[in-house]
Amino acid sequence: MLIAVSLPKIAGGVVLTLKLLVVSLLTGTLLGIGAALMRISGNRLLAWPSFAYSYVFRGTPMLVQLFIIYYGLSQFEWLRNSMVWPILREPFWCAVIALSLNCGAYSAEILRAAIRGVDQGLHEAGRALGLTTRQRFLFITTPIAVRLALPAYGNEMIGLLKGTALVSMIAMNDITGVARTIVAKTFAPYEIFIAAAIVYLSITWVIQHGIRLAELHFNRYIKK
Amino acid sequence: MSHPMPTTQQTEAIIMLDGVGKRFGDFHALKACSMLVHKGQKIVLCGPSGSGKSTLIRCINRLEEHDSGRIVVAGTELTRNMPDIAAVQSEIGMVFQQFNLFPHLTVLENLMLAPRLVRKMPRTQAREIAMHYLARVRIPEQADKFPVQLSGGQQQRVAIARALCMKPQIMLFDEPTSALDPEMIKEVLDVMTDLARDGMTMVVVTHEMGFARRIADLVVFMDAGEIVEQAPPAEFFGGARNARTQAFLQQILTH
Repeated sequence: MLIAVSLPKIAGGVVLTLKLLVVSLLTGTLLGIGAALMRISGNRLLAWPSFAYSYVFRGTPMLVQLFIIYYGLSQFEWLRNSMVWPILREPFWCAVIALSLNCGAYSAEILRAAIRGVDQGLHEAGRALGLTTRQRFLFITTPIAVRLALPAYGNEMIGLLKGTALVSMIAMNDITGVARTIVAKTFAPYEIFIAAAIVYLSITWVIQHGIRLAELHFNRYIKK
Repeated sequence: MSHPMPTTQQTEAIIMLDGVGKRFGDFHALKACSMLVHKGQKIVLCGPSGSGKSTLIRCINRLEEHDSGRIVVAGTELTRNMPDIAAVQSEIGMVFQQFNLFPHLTVLENLMLAPRLVRKMPRTQAREIAMHYLARVRIPEQADKFPVQLSGGQQQRVAIARALCMKPQIMLFDEPTSALDPEMIKEVLDVMTDLARDGMTMVVVTHEMGFARRIADLVVFMDAGEIVEQAPPAEFFGGARNARTQAFLQQILTH
């Protein structure tokens, strides 16, 4: 059957998809932490750029962002002559930039909500014990916020995985890219794209399972 | 009662409030409150809800900032932009109505956190002190549980032990039994009574008038942001002079 036959070929795109996912997730999460901290800093000069960043990247399609970065930036002569051009010339890095910026924008919102969800009474208890702002953030807010953020963050990981499919539009051979190439040769879109969907589903399953394990770990103090 | 009255006139006050005022927007939460607390004294603050009792004790450890007047605690005046407010706060233990235990830490970790971070105490020593105070609040066997696994009364006793681990000079209690089921109130009050007998300086916001009668050196009655009356319990419960105090007492003692 064609689905079974094409699966190993499509699996060839898994490496690129996972690479994009992992690299973008890491840089995106770091961006998100930075942006979330800027948002809650209480300093307008920090909070406003962070708000604008989240607003713009959450409010526009990732495909458009990807096109702007990959096709748009090459229009600028000075960029082509600059040191960053070797990076911006590569579809892989353009994809990573777009995915990371996107992931960062969503993570920032998730983390901000989680941090704000930490009971104010715990802050007061920390202050009353003489903990500094920094100590309270590290030892009280952070561990609790991580637990609160986990479900939404798991969704964000899956969203990002699906977002990686867009890189096939800039001629990259990720799972979707490979599938499209095979379809072009076999004229069997039905079977091939179902095979691709199965591959995506298995990755999603792994992510969901991982998140569930993490939730069990963090929720151990919630259960009676 | 057996507890010795401190020699109030000679010793210097450990808490001094002088004309303290506080506003929340248009709401005048505290109006020119003045009060002296000497080392070893037990003060019970009472009054109708919204009268400013909680705000007053929250100003003492600067969870709230006062707008006017002076507050001096353990020799340090509380001022705006204090560089080392955490150091002052670590000398004042506080117990909250809602316990506010750190849910992600075990009972033992709750007790060890501040001594380790603030006092820079080695783990073994912090653990020793934590176990000592857990024994004093009579729940050493719960050390490795998470707060959610304990009853309300047990949680509040852990909260008291957590504050004591910092060896504070003063203990503040903000309605420590108001969130508890009736059958758990006694176990918390018993622990507080022990603490009072040991000579701890205590300021307690509570409606437990029996406790006030037994333990307090001074009962302070507040209404509408003002300290209306302060008197030793015998005098306070025997014949309060102020009409507002009388009305409050009638309500709380007859219900």
